[in-house]
This record gives sequence, structure tokens and C-alpha cells, in this order.
Amino acid sequence: MASKEVTSTDEFVKGLWRDNPVFIQVLGMCPALAVSNTALNALAMGLATTFVLLMSGLSVSLLRNFIPREARIVCYICIIATFVTSVDYLIMALSLELHRALGAFIALIVVNCLILGRAEAFASKHKPGRALLDGLGMGVGFTLALLFIGVVREILGSGSLFGVAVFPDGFQTWTVMVLPSGGFFAMALWLLIVNRIKQKQAAAAKTVEVTS
Amino acid sequence: MSGQNQVLEIGSSPHVTSGASVDVIMRNVFFALLPVCVFAVFAFGIAAALTLTTATLTCVVTEHVICRLNRKPTTVGDWSVAITGLLYGLTLPPDLPLWMVAVGAIFAVAVGKALFGGLGCNAFNPALVGRAFLQAAFPQAMTHWSLPFAADRFSELPGSILAFPFAEPVYDAVTAATPLARMKFEAIQAENPDLLWGLTSGSVGETCGALILLGGAYLVARNMMNWRIPVSIMLTVSLITWVFMQIDPAVYPRPAFMLFSGGLMLGAVFMATDMVASPITNAGCWVYGMLIGGLVVVIRFWGGMPEGVMYAILLANAVSPHIDFLIQPRVFGTGRGAG
Repeated sequence: MASKEVTSTDEFVKGLWRDNPVFIQVLGMCPALAVSNTALNALAMGLATTFVLLMSGLSVSLLRNFIPREARIVCYICIIATFVTSVDYLIMALSLELHRALGAFIALIVVNCLILGRAEAFASKHKPGRALLDGLGMGVGFTLALLFIGVVREILGSGSLFGVAVFPDGFQTWTVMVLPSGGFFAMALWLLIVNRIKQKQAAAAKTVEVTS
Repeated sequence: MSGQNQVLEIGSSPHVTSGASVDVIMRNVFFALLPVCVFAVFAFGIAAALTLTTATLTCVVTEHVICRLNRKPTTVGDWSVAITGLLYGLTLPPDLPLWMVAVGAIFAVAVGKALFGGLGCNAFNPALVGRAFLQAAFPQAMTHWSLPFAADRFSELPGSILAFPFAEPVYDAVTAATPLARMKFEAIQAENPDLLWGLTSGSVGETCGALILLGGAYLVARNMMNWRIPVSIMLTVSLITWVFMQIDPAVYPRPAFMLFSGGLMLGAVFMATDMVASPITNAGCWVYGMLIGGLVVVIRFWGGMPEGVMYAILLANAVSPHIDFLIQPRVFGTGRGAG
């Protein structure tokens, strides 16, 4: 793998599975646990984060030769905060209800370590095109992960999906799943499944190596 | 331990054992719980029998399946998971839908026990983990109490108990507030004899304090339970309650009410004494008991819920490794007088 040149698609795909921000890197736990109580909230948070990831990745990459090393974190935070503020106003304009549901967690995208991490580890060292692809991959991976958690929590906790009831009347809702502890349960469940698949993959790769 | 006909094990230590293996202890716990279970069925009828059976069977099956999934020999044979299931069943309301009983049982064994590494590694009492999950997931069903000694308890099942899996239970039976709920919301204290002999409503196995004490005494007599934990809990609760009763008897209940109402007896005798989740040293057990007693009083007096034994024990479980760390026995030959 190491000898192979990293292709553009690889920059995008790695965020979906191999380096998935939530399930593999376990970054950005605060929004992943706090606003994934319904699928819609999870999707909105994921999309907002993706937007900030894309724009901040592009800007940091474009400015990478002008940002002094000593003051880089301050510069990154300023860039990220700019886009977070615009996304905050955008959501407020689109749906006040959604804005209330997400609450302070939109503003808290600024301190999402995933975004700062990608700016520091990737965008500041790569060309804008690559940074965009990386941001898009990470963003989509983050959105999908949040959606996975949100779907489990909404189905069990509210008996619905994207606000549409999925069970006949009389379904007993699992109150715990919309509470914060439900976020941990759903997260742990997915981590269990992801780690299991990764173990299987690693074992399969090993046998292929041995046989070939 | 006469030492006369004892078999000395040749090999690595320990060379002298008390002969109490896990399954011997668990069988004795089962004998201690038997009167409580019989009384539960007597008081709540078929509903209690079904609850206890479902809880125990689901726990045993879950443990067996998890062992199989891990490709390990099954540990069902040591009785400990059956005791977990029985204890868990005793903490549930008698008319809880059986599917919820099963969900909590799976959670108790899978998350409370297996994920931590199985018997001997569980940080929390698995039975209470299962109950805590149900309390958080289905708060309405978990605070619905049926009347004890209903006339048709041996002929008819409450409709809620057979609710279709994942469906909301429909209650048809008369509800009865527990003594603690009546104390909290109506300021009415139940009479001592009612509480002692289990004539009040409550969870399947928590109502009859006398039989629980009997079971505890049996285990203490067989040296299979550290009596310091329940004694420490009861003394702490009595003392704090007594002090507050002196301040304002109109607001705070009498110590005997606190001891015999709700899950305190069942919790103090059978739950807090979980050998894995409680501290090792005797001094640690006193501290642990005081912590549980203090938390019970705090939650019952000033918390939002009428009952707090479950959370008190779970919190103390979390602290017990730290108690063990802080309170360690003097190493032989060091410290006082060792020079």
C-alpha cells in the first residue's frame, strides 16, 4: 500500500471507511453523541460540518504558504470560525426550528477537533484540490456516521425515521435512546460492528498474504 | 475447618481452601432467595412466577449464547448467571411486560457482565445494570405497581404482562402506589408490620423484609456473605434518618420505615453484597456500606424519585475499586511496631 501512489479517489474514499472520523478516529464525539437523537438533526449537523470542513480545508490549503508556523492554530481557528458563523446564519435562515434543535452545537463546530485536525494534518500540507477531496471524504464519512447513530436512536427512541412513524400505533418508545446515554449506547453498538468487520478484514488479508 | 480430614492440595498455593467454589456459594444464595421467591409468587400470583422465570431463563440463555459466540466453554453451569437473573427478576414490578423483562435481562448479562469480561470482572452488579437500563428506557412501565394479594392473582394474568414485544403495555389492573411513593407525594407512612411482612405493593421480591433478612442471616451463618455491608448500610440509613426525624418529624419518616420500605432490604442484603463489585477488606466494606446508606437517604429525601437504592448501589460499585486502593491492609511485618 505504502509504495502505491495515493490517488485522488483514495483521498476521498479514506474518510468513508478506512479513516472514518467517528468510527475509526473517534473524533468529534461531542456533536456525534449530543445531536444525533434524531436522523434529521444528525444529517443537518453532518452537512454543516461537511461545509465547514470543505471551505476551511480549501482556505487553509490556499493560504498554507502565508500562514506563519508559530501562529497557525490562531489562523486556522479564525478561518474555521468564519465559516461556522456563516453556516450558523444559513441554518437559522432555512429553519429556525432546526437551529433551536441543534442549539449551541452549531457554534461548537469551531472546536470540533476533526476540522482543526484536518486543517493541521492535511490541508496545510497539500494542494487545494487534494484538500477539497479530503474535506469532502471526511465530511461525508462524518455525516454517514452521525446518520447511522441518529437512525438507531430515532427508530428506538421515537419510533420514527426523519419524523415519519415507522411502527404501527402502540409502539413502546425506548426513552433512554433519546437521552444522552442513548447516544453512547448507539455509538458503542456501531463501534462494535465496525471493529468486528475490521478484524474480519484484517484476518482475511492475512490469509491472502500467507496463501499468495 | 477442622483440619482433620482435609485434603491438602499439592502444587502452587492456595494449599488449604474452604471448599466454597462459585457454584457452592451460588447454590446457597439460591436457597437464601427461595423463601423470598415463594413469598413473591404468593403475594403477586402467576405474574411474579412468570417474571422470575423469564428473567432467569433469559439471563441463562444470553450467557450461553455469548459464550458460544466467543467460542468459549459455557459458564452457565456455575449458577451465577441464574442467580443474577433471579435477583434481577426480584427487583422488577410484578406487572411489567415480559418482553421488557427479557430486554433488561439481555442487557444485564451482555453489557453488565459479558462486556466487562464475565464473572469476576463485572464492575457493577449485573442485575442492577439491567434494572437501571429498564428504568431509563421504560420509565412509565417501571413505576407501575399492581396491588398485592389481589383476589384473582392465581387465576388471571394482568393484561400488561403479555403485551406484544415492542408494544406499549395496556394496564387493566388496579394500581397501588408503593409505600415510598406515598411517603414522597402524599406524606403517608406505611405501618411497620405491613412493611415487615410484605403486605404493601412494590417490586416482586422487595416487599417482605423479614424473609430477606432470614435469607441474609442464612448466608452470614454459612460465612458466604460479608455481614458488614448490610449492617453498615442499615446503621447509616437509620442514623441519618433519626437525626432528621428529630429536626422535623412531619417531613422526615422514621428510621424503621426507611429500612423496610422500597428495595433497601433486598438491595442491602443481596445486591450490595455482590462479591465482585464490593470492596475486599472489612474496613472497606464499612465505608462502602456507609456510602450506599448516605446516598440512599440523599436520593430518597431530596431526589426527584421516591426510591434510590439501585442508583446508590451502582454508584458505590463504581467507587469500590477506589475504596480498595485507599484502604489497604497493613502488610505483615511492616508499619506499627515493625521498627
